[in-house]
Amino acid sequence: MPEWEPVIGLEIHVQLKTRTKMFCGCENVSGESENTRTCPVCLAHPGTLPVPNKQAIEWTVKLGVALGCEIASRALFHRKNYFYPDLPKGYQISQYDIPLCAGGKFVVPGPDGDRKIGIVRAHLEEDAAKTIHVGGSGGRIAGAEYSLVDFNRGGTPLVEIVSEPDVHSADEARRFLQLLRQTVVELGISDAEMEKGSLRCDANVSVREAGETDFRTKTELKNMNSFKFVADGIEAEIRRQVEIYEAGGEVVQETLHFDPGSGTIAPLRSKEEAHDYRYFPEPDLVPVEPSVEMIAAAMDDIGELPAARIRRLETEVGFDLAEGLVSSGRDRLYERVSGDRRAVANVVMNQLAATGVDPEAVNGTELAKLIAERERIPRAAFTEALERSGDPGFSADDYLGETAISDASELDPVIDKVLAENQAQVETFRAGKEGVLGFLVGQVMKETGGKADARVVNERLREKISS
Amino acid sequence: MIDTLRLTAEQAAGLLESGELSGDELAGTYVEAIGERDPELHAYLHVVGEPGNGVPIALKDNITTRGVPTTAGSRILEGYVPVFDSTVATRVKEAGLPLIGKTNLDEFAMGSSTENSAYGPSRNPWDPERVPGGSSGGTAAAVAGGLAPWGLGSDTGGSIKQPASLCGLVGLRPTYGTVSRYGIVAFASSLDQVGPITKTVRDCARLYATIAGRDACDSTTVELPEAVAVPDAEDLKGIRIGIPKELNEAEGIEPGVSAAVAKAIELAESLGAEVGECRLPRSVDYGLACYYLVAPAEASSNLARYDGVRYGFRAAGDGDLTALYSRTRWEGFGPEPRRRILIGTYALSAGYYDAFYGQAQKVRTVIAQEHAAAFEDYDLLLSPTSPTVAFKVGDKAENPLAMYLSDLLTIPSNMAGLPGLSIPCGLSEGLPVGLQILGPQFSENLMFRAGHALEQAIAFDFVPERLRA
Amino acid sequence: MAITREDVLHVARLARLEIPEGEVDRMRDELGAILEAVGKVAELDLSDVEPTSHPLAVVNEWREDQPRPSLSPEDALANAPDPVEGAFRVPAVGS
Repeated sequence: MPEWEPVIGLEIHVQLKTRTKMFCGCENVSGESENTRTCPVCLAHPGTLPVPNKQAIEWTVKLGVALGCEIASRALFHRKNYFYPDLPKGYQISQYDIPLCAGGKFVVPGPDGDRKIGIVRAHLEEDAAKTIHVGGSGGRIAGAEYSLVDFNRGGTPLVEIVSEPDVHSADEARRFLQLLRQTVVELGISDAEMEKGSLRCDANVSVREAGETDFRTKTELKNMNSFKFVADGIEAEIRRQVEIYEAGGEVVQETLHFDPGSGTIAPLRSKEEAHDYRYFPEPDLVPVEPSVEMIAAAMDDIGELPAARIRRLETEVGFDLAEGLVSSGRDRLYERVSGDRRAVANVVMNQLAATGVDPEAVNGTELAKLIAERERIPRAAFTEALERSGDPGFSADDYLGETAISDASELDPVIDKVLAENQAQVETFRAGKEGVLGFLVGQVMKETGGKADARVVNERLREKISS
Repeated sequence: MIDTLRLTAEQAAGLLESGELSGDELAGTYVEAIGERDPELHAYLHVVGEPGNGVPIALKDNITTRGVPTTAGSRILEGYVPVFDSTVATRVKEAGLPLIGKTNLDEFAMGSSTENSAYGPSRNPWDPERVPGGSSGGTAAAVAGGLAPWGLGSDTGGSIKQPASLCGLVGLRPTYGTVSRYGIVAFASSLDQVGPITKTVRDCARLYATIAGRDACDSTTVELPEAVAVPDAEDLKGIRIGIPKELNEAEGIEPGVSAAVAKAIELAESLGAEVGECRLPRSVDYGLACYYLVAPAEASSNLARYDGVRYGFRAAGDGDLTALYSRTRWEGFGPEPRRRILIGTYALSAGYYDAFYGQAQKVRTVIAQEHAAAFEDYDLLLSPTSPTVAFKVGDKAENPLAMYLSDLLTIPSNMAGLPGLSIPCGLSEGLPVGLQILGPQFSENLMFRAGHALEQAIAFDFVPERLRA
Repeated sequence: MAITREDVLHVARLARLEIPEGEVDRMRDELGAILEAVGKVAELDLSDVEPTSHPLAVVNEWREDQPRPSLSPEDALANAPDPVEGAFRVPAVGS
């Protein structure tokens, strides 16, 4: 069997959170009733004209700088012509051969070193409106009786980022996307929430035998609306293509839809059978020439980027925790909390994250005290303190008075009871699967109302099982 | 008793100012005249007869007016009542000019005779068997026929200058970017420009001053470099006038047209202008071909919004979305928009872009360069506006290519974004001949000055002979 | 410039114009004549010439990110051929 190398390029759409739409003054908000954020311009009434949103242009430049792109000295808008009810003008104003940003490199740190993903381009365009399919099954196009069009979303500024086919696994695609999302969020230009559609990802996937230099036929995987689905979808598509080749078949170039429920991939009906978008320069708009000042302002406005922070934190807490902290944006809290770095990282990433407390609301000094004492106080007290740690005026001292039960003589009867009731787990542990110890610790905690000293329980459990 | 055939906008303003006449009386007089002569001329698609205290105005029906139907002469916009005003309509309103009505035009301003209107052709007040020109033929017929003191048209390839010429009127196609296109039903965005059709150059300057200037709703507008000056000089001293050989000797120019223009050129010299010959060889040779690629390409995209979803005509019948689109658009558009949409789609489509649209864009550069070179030696250029006088209704209707030649002389400077003024310079076979005055960008004031001086010297009577009292 | 029936039908499909079967040949002839005339632009060698997409030498026209009032739902739907529950209804997309 040959070894297969996946070749993946991503196309990412980011909705900008400007106050107004890209080419008109309608508010850029979601969740309002249908067609209440529309005007003659975004309904494409005869004679109406687009006027670009300066903020959207500045933010695209800022994103371009963060992606290491070259910013065009003179960028053009083009019209992309096709018919669809969500496209009121019959064309989308987009960018074609001279986008605002091109030729970037985005560094994605991995456990085995940096991966540099090439950025072909990042361009600015307008989003389509929302079409609701009525009748048929589950709001899908197939079988619908009719559709209703709501133009509230139509004309929202959208940045399309196209990567080089430099991604070589589903996991790397997920990692790239997460880090890109975090970058966009930190730049303050988008909510970038996949579930809400303000961040969307399509993937171009092909595979080739290791050592091959040419690309094989690629397929386009559309609209995967979570990081997990992106990874699962790409994984499934890689498998499908490998199976086709190994059965002696050929992959067909097509657009596909990944169904996360069943894990299957099916062809998507295309918008226009023959794609001929007839791009030409938008005559209603003049060229955009980002000034040196605009680019300098963008540079000044960008702090230390996530990739650099992962590399920095990696030396303190190891790659996995560093990546986790940075791609979740929790590293800012981590940096505000003194104490044992791994312990702080673990608490911030795990126990504190589980409480749902907003990390930005947490007082770093108080959290540091709490973490320093976490083994001395009962676990229940620690958990409760974490839950309250975002409250205004939170003081760790309120929770440090209690002391965990660390007296072995007090704990032993409970431990014996748990061991007796969970013989199967004890055997599993003895067979070498030490992970099961956590379960047993949990049982002891439950019996003691969370007041046992976890470190002592751990020690005693090991001793007793091994003896 | 007011003679609306003879009354200029300036005179009308004088009557209102002196209190000799109220605005309502004035507007009423025009509505009466419309009742009398519009059945023959069919200049209007919708008569509004708005009361008010200013000089009333007629607007071409591709100029969006809130609450007043705006059809662009097309069935696909039948029944469409805009919920907003074009910037031009707003400025006219703010200047206190009440709306008399919306005038007929070739469908989507595509044509040179108004015969392409879905609502029937307008007629030339000089001879109702003849066309008033187009596409702003309705406005021209209204002004020449005494049904409006002045009006606005729009010009893409010559749609103001040519009907002004055919109806014995003054028409200005302004420098591209000086008048807002916001709310002007788009035909070809890089060429469309709104401008006045009037009886005198002074009226033209006054109306241009009302509508011109940067508009925040149109990114392709600019502020005028200097305020509009209403002309009064009667000489042409110090003005260098070039006579582009190709614009004056093109095949198809009628001898009577050439003769009238030649006389005007002699007059210019006698008024003190320095006159010399210049060349625009490729502009005239390739201008028409260039235009009939660029304009249809942009039109094919601009007219994509007419799909029967948000407004306008929707075809009856069952079927899926594509069927609905395709039937709505075929039935809603007339023959000329259909042709231009197909040509434009073809010129932009994969495999043909470079040879057609891309090449036409380069020809455009050449045309601009040739004109720039001519304006190094001359301040203004003169030529006939139209190769012919008004032709008979039906004469060219079946032959699109023959019709396209009507704009042979107006198109080249339009492609370069330059302004052009047409003034009447005499008669040929009893029909008006137009003199085209071309200048560099933003040279409207100079064109007005020259136009006014020539107008005074020519002393053309703009009232159609058959209607003179 | 020879334009075929298939070319005409292809372009008409792209442009969403349903040419009745009986008119395709006439349309081909008309378009063929026009394309032959405009094809004249190919005579010029303009390989060194920059294209002009706009007659105006203006750049960076934009607006500040300040909201303006939207239309009322009544006005937004005032001209709609088939308004349903505040939205524009269209037939199913189909194949």
